[in-house]
Amino acid sequence: MNYTFQFTEVWRELPYLLGGAAVTLQIAFITFWCGAFIGIFGALAKVYGGPISKRVTSYYVTFFTNTPALVQVFLLYYALPDAGVLLSSMAAVLVGLTLNAGAYLTEILRAGVVSVRVSEMEAATALGMSRLQLLRYVMLPHIAKTIYAPLSNFFVWLVLGSSLAALFGVEELTGRAINVSTASLRSIETFTIVAMIYVVLTVLASGSLALVGRLAFRVKAKVF
Amino acid sequence: MFGQIAEQVPLFFNYHNLVFLLQAAGRTLAMTIIGCTVGLVCGFLIAVLRRSLSIWLLPLRLIGIAYVEFFRRIPFLVILFIVLFVIEPLVPGASLLFIATVSICLLSTAFLSEVIRAGLESVPPQQIEGASALNFNAIQTLFLVVLPQSWRVILPPAAAFIVMFIKDTSLASQLGVIELTFAGKMLVNRGFSPLLGFGAVLLCYFALSYPLSRLAAYLEKRLASP
Amino acid sequence: MHHLEIRGLSSAYGKTEVLKDVSLSIDKGEVVSLIGPSGSGKSTLLRVLIGLTPPTGGEVFVAGDRVDYRQRKQLRTLRDKMSIVFQQYNLFQNMTVMRNVTIAPVKIKRRPSKEANEAATRLLEKVGMSDKHDAYPNELSGGQQQRVAIARALAAEPEILLLDEVTSALDPERVNEVLDTIRSLTDEGITMMIVSHEMAFVREVSTRVAMMDDGQIIEYGTPETIFDAPKEARTREFVSKILRH
Repeated sequence: MNYTFQFTEVWRELPYLLGGAAVTLQIAFITFWCGAFIGIFGALAKVYGGPISKRVTSYYVTFFTNTPALVQVFLLYYALPDAGVLLSSMAAVLVGLTLNAGAYLTEILRAGVVSVRVSEMEAATALGMSRLQLLRYVMLPHIAKTIYAPLSNFFVWLVLGSSLAALFGVEELTGRAINVSTASLRSIETFTIVAMIYVVLTVLASGSLALVGRLAFRVKAKVF
Repeated sequence: MFGQIAEQVPLFFNYHNLVFLLQAAGRTLAMTIIGCTVGLVCGFLIAVLRRSLSIWLLPLRLIGIAYVEFFRRIPFLVILFIVLFVIEPLVPGASLLFIATVSICLLSTAFLSEVIRAGLESVPPQQIEGASALNFNAIQTLFLVVLPQSWRVILPPAAAFIVMFIKDTSLASQLGVIELTFAGKMLVNRGFSPLLGFGAVLLCYFALSYPLSRLAAYLEKRLASP
Repeated sequence: MHHLEIRGLSSAYGKTEVLKDVSLSIDKGEVVSLIGPSGSGKSTLLRVLIGLTPPTGGEVFVAGDRVDYRQRKQLRTLRDKMSIVFQQYNLFQNMTVMRNVTIAPVKIKRRPSKEANEAATRLLEKVGMSDKHDAYPNELSGGQQQRVAIARALAAEPEILLLDEVTSALDPERVNEVLDTIRSLTDEGITMMIVSHEMAFVREVSTRVAMMDDGQIIEYGTPETIFDAPKEARTREFVSKILRH
């Protein structure tokens, strides 16, 4: 096979690519926090809500977790204009990924809420704790410990999932990779380097999350 | 908008379209099934490799670890592109479906090997000691004692991952594989409302994923530690 | 020639020496019990003998042949002649009682199934578990599981049987049924090494008793000597503490 690997052209574009990595992280952050916002309401609805809110939340979660994010964003991007709402690529991706994330986060947060042990609550009540104190000293620390690992994993998953924005022209890491590879024709080199950047990103992300978890929440997490 | 959709509905749900969607769904399913089968087998091999202690296998073991850690941490879209650009020059006549399937295999091997490894590790070491004391060799211990006991830890997350793979196949549409998502795009290009086109596609995905999700949930409940 | 001879056996875990220069000789048909405080190395000695824990020094001879624990082939030959029953029974959870007992003879020793099944039936009857052939371990009590474990160890037709605190994990009511089983075995001429805290039982069935402490054998003698007239201070201390209960 007469193909000489030439990384220099791609190496020159490294700053450009790293800029894309920054956009990737931005997308991940936004979708995570907006999704978490939805998730909190969803989790509370599923655990403490009336039958209607429970059902609606269930449908929401089931729908978004059993269908691909790509098609969800397609729907937003192509169908909404018919109804008069024109979303930019970035907006469509953000809204779509947020709704998607919200569904998964509802489940993660719900698992956290139900993980509080009744026995601890009873013991605390018997000791005379008020409901607010119960929340602060018994429920929240336990929930935080339970959900921290799944949340970290989910954030890393979002970092990887943001790559579908590239298919809508958003210039995050994968999008810029496509640009560089079409310009330089050095496809394998470009994508190999971009893959490496993703690995570094995810390792840094899970590493720092694990560190924060250990320090703030005393949660022991594995990076590898 | 809804008036337009109402007009299109009878045109949309004709025989031709339904067959088209079914074929596309078939491709989605084929990619997933082949990908997962290969993933389970290769993942199993890597998991066993990682648990072995022999010095001779060390280089292979390191390759296995590097493989899993790499392919777990990159987006599927990037895997698709890399496989595309690597295979195209090597195998000139390779179909897009082939490339997409190889990509799913690479992805599923990485994830499933971790699931299987966790399952194998969940078997208490005393079981292995019991086998060892009875003169079982490594292979006998693995297949007669360890593997049968690791199913309950392997199946629920494995089922959940398979649902994830079904959804990942939608990215193969970017390559041009005529699977469900691409079919949706084609229908919209033919003039149908995006709501109808993609909506139908979403329903198909749902029909494929939901039973599996329910199975995963059921397995999780049933196989949870007693 | 001694059936089992141990000379200067040592075993270390990292920097900690768990067995220090242990020497013991056992003749065919003897029942030797190991007693002593926790952490004295009794279980480790059995584990080293069966090859689950590597020795760091010393030698072991079975029927005059030296055993090299680093060689797989020798380990195989050794385990043909020696069986162990663990404190935690270690029954295969995914197999029925019958399968647990027949699997080694069929898969390892390559006996025909029919023969193995008949032998297993006899063994299960001997340990009093005839009516539980098709039960799974998680359906049985601790005592029942332990008796199946004994049957499984015997199915391998060992010359030497090692019993590692086999009643320690059982409810008090279950202990006796297992001790009865072991008692009946001692009449059959198998060489046995028993690690146990059940002093009355040890005294009754053993031909000789070894007192261990801190990785070494402090004293080795007949049950009468060890329990009634111990020579060493530590033996006296231990025996008096135990027998006070």
